[in-house]
Amino acid sequence: MEYAPVIGVGTSAEGQARSLWYDAWVRLRRNKLAMLGLGIVVLVILLAIFAPYITRYDPTEQLIWTEGRAAQLAPPNAKHWFGTDLYGRDIFSRVVYGSRVSLQIAIAAMGISVFIGTVLGALAGYYGGWIDEVISWLMNVIYAFPFLLFIITVVAFLPPSLTLVYVAIGLISWVSIGRVVRGQVLAFKNQEFVEAARALGVSNRRIIFHHILHNVIAPVIVQATLGMGSIIMTEAALSYLGFGTQPPTPSWGLEISMGQDYLLSGKWWWSIFPGIAICLTVLGFNLLGDGLRDALDPRLKQ
Amino acid sequence: MGRYLVKRLLAAVPVLLGVIIVTFILTTIVPGDPARIMLGQRGSPETIAKIRAEMGLDDPLPIQIINFIKGALTLNLGYSYRNNMAVTDAILARLPATGMLAVAAIIVAVVMGMSLGIISATKQYSWIDYGSMLFALLGISAPTFFVGLLMIVVFILILGWIPGTGYGDGAFIYLILPALTLGVRPAALIARLTRSSMLEVIRQDYICTAKAKGLHNAKVIFKHALKNAMVPVVTIIGVEMASLLSGVVITEQIFSWPGLGRLSIEAVTNRDFPILRGTVLFMALIFMLTNILVDLSYALFDPRIRYE
Repeated sequence: MEYAPVIGVGTSAEGQARSLWYDAWVRLRRNKLAMLGLGIVVLVILLAIFAPYITRYDPTEQLIWTEGRAAQLAPPNAKHWFGTDLYGRDIFSRVVYGSRVSLQIAIAAMGISVFIGTVLGALAGYYGGWIDEVISWLMNVIYAFPFLLFIITVVAFLPPSLTLVYVAIGLISWVSIGRVVRGQVLAFKNQEFVEAARALGVSNRRIIFHHILHNVIAPVIVQATLGMGSIIMTEAALSYLGFGTQPPTPSWGLEISMGQDYLLSGKWWWSIFPGIAICLTVLGFNLLGDGLRDALDPRLKQ
Repeated sequence: MGRYLVKRLLAAVPVLLGVIIVTFILTTIVPGDPARIMLGQRGSPETIAKIRAEMGLDDPLPIQIINFIKGALTLNLGYSYRNNMAVTDAILARLPATGMLAVAAIIVAVVMGMSLGIISATKQYSWIDYGSMLFALLGISAPTFFVGLLMIVVFILILGWIPGTGYGDGAFIYLILPALTLGVRPAALIARLTRSSMLEVIRQDYICTAKAKGLHNAKVIFKHALKNAMVPVVTIIGVEMASLLSGVVITEQIFSWPGLGRLSIEAVTNRDFPILRGTVLFMALIFMLTNILVDLSYALFDPRIRYE
């Protein structure tokens, strides 16, 4: 992408007005760590989408049947870059396919979080009064609840399913977004442009969702990006403890827990590669989130 | 200050009520009859009906909740479905292990995080700055259970410095790895925050004045700058309490540490709902008390903050 050299904030070389988003993108591009984060995130997304084209083996195929016992717990080699597991499955394939589970859950849970957080946060901030009291109480309750135990309690007693996992995570992780939205709406609701809209007879719903929320998008994006990392870690921890993704679906947390007994006897590859995958992915989202915060926060504008 | 404290404690009451309601809803909608779980295959339908009546399981949910709250006020949180032990006793029995672990982890986090942060800020853009910030980034991005696993492999299996996992009757050496595992994430966050808030403070005029007066560099940093840089650091300890408590659940599981986290997971696998409710309530209580303490401690670091 080509863009004009920066001359003054808010104007391009041709002197035309530039949008907030373009400014933010220019700032983001200058931030090397953020670009590294973006690169990692894009790479993981591409791996998840093109998993069947990238991997040579099916992630659940037990190669013992075709390649004999040599395919069982084989160390990393030219054919199996990350080695194979106890059942003779290719760990590289399982790590690549594992990104699908992690991303799927992270995106779905974050979608739920953003939806609940934005709607409840906006209602609380805009209407105030008892609506605010009730919603703020709910936020405090959820915030005080030990979140891993909440998710485990929801997930453990019902038939295991991916849907349950992301719904449970989404139901408890919306609070930080809710608080940000509430605070922003509170700050915006008495500003002139909102008063003007009200004077023109615009409905409350339209004011909230059209006029005010427009200004809240940036902080929500930052929160959501930073939150993606913690959701991926939560899903991994859940699967590690045996409450999340169920075998034979490849999931990073599950791989680590299955491989840990062998880790102790020197067969490190089964646990270590999925572990690195989690760390890298979370790192990517964290770097990108930090970068977005710096790029979108107008107070830090040079 | 006393009035503020009372106000905060009163404000915590409706939140705790909410936690109780949510826990009850979560543990009541699940399939499976607790009386059946208690009796196993032995119970005849009559005994099960009798037990259900005794445990109040036939009461409607609001009545069950009210009875639970009444009990909680007299520190009676009910009895375990498994071994009929009082929930409060079960929690108290596990509390020392978790308390030790949590305090040790917070010490690790504060000492490690603040030292790295201060060194980074005073030696900005040096290799030690980059090194600590790299550590901080990795510390935030690595899941607790993976860190714990790596600790076990490196320090127990390869180096052999630590004899093994478990509680070891409270021997200090067994505490080291779980405390490091649990402390890494808050340490990383504190390091980043200390660095940025120190950098902000160092550039202010009064630091310049202190230096111009000819004060020792160390004195300027530790006496003048650090105090003002503390407020955000204390805040993060309160905020991080939530994930610390979730981290306790995972860390105790990995290191076979007999604390509240393990108790809660055992309660989930055994469907021992009274124990589960008790541990959840207790953790929520700890979380809220820590946050009140954190808010009170602001006055220590910033005399402009007063609580009326």
